[in-house]
Amino acid sequence: MTMRTRTSLISAASAITLALSLSACGSSGPSDPTANTESPSMWALTGSSEDIFRSSVERWNEENPDDSINQEFFANDAYKTKVRTAVGAGEGPTFIYGWGGGVLKSYVDAGHVSELDQFLADNPDVKDRYIPSVLENGVIDGKTYALPNNNMQPVVLYYNKELFEQIGAEPPETWEELMALVPQFNDAGIAPFALAGQSKWPNLMWLSYLVDRIGGPEVFQSILDGEEDAWSDPAVIEALTKIQELVDADGFVNGFSSIAADAGADSALLYTDRAAMMLHGGWVYQNLKNDAPEFVESDAVGFVPFPAVEGGEGDPENVVGNPANMWSLSTDATDEQRDAALNYLKDGLFSEEYTQAMIDSGAVPAVNGIEDQLAASEDKDFVEFVYGLAQDAPSFQLSWDQALSPAQGDAMLANLDQIFIGQITPEQFAENMNATLGE
Amino acid sequence: MSTVLKPKPMMKARGARTEGPSAWMVVPALVFFVTFAVVPLLGVVFLSFTNWNGLGAITWAGLESWQTALTDSVTMNALVVTLKIMVFSLLVQVPISLLLGVFTAGGQRYRAVLAVLYFVPLLLSSAAVAIAFKALLDPNFGMGPGLGIPALAQNWLGNPDLVLFVVIFVIAWQFVPFHTLIYQGGVRQIPASFYEAAQIDGAGRMQQFFHITLPQLKYTIITSSTLMVLGSLAYFDLIFILTAGGPGYATRLLPLHMYLTGFRANDMGAASALGVILVVIGLGLALILQRLGGRNRSASQLEGA
Repeated sequence: MTMRTRTSLISAASAITLALSLSACGSSGPSDPTANTESPSMWALTGSSEDIFRSSVERWNEENPDDSINQEFFANDAYKTKVRTAVGAGEGPTFIYGWGGGVLKSYVDAGHVSELDQFLADNPDVKDRYIPSVLENGVIDGKTYALPNNNMQPVVLYYNKELFEQIGAEPPETWEELMALVPQFNDAGIAPFALAGQSKWPNLMWLSYLVDRIGGPEVFQSILDGEEDAWSDPAVIEALTKIQELVDADGFVNGFSSIAADAGADSALLYTDRAAMMLHGGWVYQNLKNDAPEFVESDAVGFVPFPAVEGGEGDPENVVGNPANMWSLSTDATDEQRDAALNYLKDGLFSEEYTQAMIDSGAVPAVNGIEDQLAASEDKDFVEFVYGLAQDAPSFQLSWDQALSPAQGDAMLANLDQIFIGQITPEQFAENMNATLGE
Repeated sequence: MSTVLKPKPMMKARGARTEGPSAWMVVPALVFFVTFAVVPLLGVVFLSFTNWNGLGAITWAGLESWQTALTDSVTMNALVVTLKIMVFSLLVQVPISLLLGVFTAGGQRYRAVLAVLYFVPLLLSSAAVAIAFKALLDPNFGMGPGLGIPALAQNWLGNPDLVLFVVIFVIAWQFVPFHTLIYQGGVRQIPASFYEAAQIDGAGRMQQFFHITLPQLKYTIITSSTLMVLGSLAYFDLIFILTAGGPGYATRLLPLHMYLTGFRANDMGAASALGVILVVIGLGLALILQRLGGRNRSASQLEGA
């Protein structure tokens, strides 16, 4: 090797290292240097339930100084990456915040979360306080690994009552009625649906509901089971076709695929009278209360279940969404951390104040026996609607991107995005997704 | 490099020592380079032959990840997107920053003021730039409706035909000031006597630009282009926040594809294979650009000045 090539190789190598290191980023460091490292740590999410988690732990630490908990908060997308890396490296928090589904299963398979069956058997009160169908979400292969920690978040159809009055329409009960509303709103210069297409996951709510209404929950179950060509099910193809029909009819607000959900630009369209309807999760009501209190107080926000599809096999009472978020306990925790954490799960979680604070925020906790509190709530209409929806639902399907393995979930969101912007056909979608089955 | 160095007799007596500062001075840099670049790189090469979801056991997979990474249509698309961003960035940024660099190198006071204002984007982090542009480009609450100009209320980030150019524009907005600074320095180093001589010979402004400024900036252009080309292989933060690779796969370039494969889809094996591809492409391009500098790199450009 001549001198020149060696120098240029070294300078090339240093140039690329420099370029790559510029893109490398990360954050670390202890959040509270004074905190006791022996006490259990808890990582939770910022956003709708943040205040409730925070005040619950503050109250707990005051009353139980021996079992005090270190709490940290993270933004949703960043958290999902961080916690997985931390858990994989054996540095995970004692309390792992999760959604159940595919991610929880991967933790269980790798032995990173503790089984809670013995704890539930010793403390039947804990088990009895939950709505069984929601608790079921933390069960993997017949064993419980996670306990719900917040509210039921079914996806519902929000609408702006004033805009419906303006054109003299009623919220849709069937897909046909929904499609008939589209030209009516467009003629009045109002966007029929707000959608944060750039965030990709809001698109998924449309697909999950339509597939459920057309083919029933069995269609997604066979996808989940990895059956061959499961994505080619006629119900999936029909649902995707219906979505493209709705897009072609200008059903979604102009430029919807430039709108991001994290800034709340989609809900803003609803409360600034620019869009008439929005399909979104139950947490949006809590956000609306914060972002547009006058919109909620003036009773302008309406909510109905997702419409039925004529001739569809699915029960129109089925819901999709997030049954609830969950706490799992890390197997990397010490015995002291674990005991303190179990004490919190027993006495701190869903204490009276906890449940009441959650209801006051406009959310429905995933627990039994709260009918009276819900009836007394200032958001009575919404919380009773959600409670009824979840209680009566024959099937409460977890969001597909959480239920599937991360590899499939990622591919599904990208392909669905292409369906919404008309880049691929339903058949191509099915073909692309069939290739990911079993990953 | 062309002259052979004659070793001093004292050195010769001690053995095979060479002229110049002790080779030990390279040790601190070497330690850092090996610890933080070479070792992780070897780790990535190893991981690319395994199956790992980031949680469980690492299992040997042979060439499976490579096969997935190389035959996947998304990877091919990511390569094309990366190439497009690289080429368009060069085409857009080189002329603009070259001209601005020449302009701001002038001694006039108003040019200095303009230059200072113009370098402001350099002070902003990529994340801040991306978040600001995302808000500005929102079709309903962004600058179009805000300024009352409907032409600006396009589906900027949602139209797959448009979004790549929006990304290239934002990248240019962020990085042109940096390259302008490099060119400004380059232009200021050209001896004034060159221009004086040219003027005496009757050369016009255009002739001076093409026959003096441009040739004298040869190495500045190579430096700046190397940074641009390698930079576009590393663009991540800006695009991740601005579009997250969407819509569909329209702006999913190689580094982003690597990240999403590794940390969203949790396929560390395939992500490592992509990382190795990225390093190989980067090294290759850096070598080619260094070569473009010509054989006689050490020769002075200022001979006769």
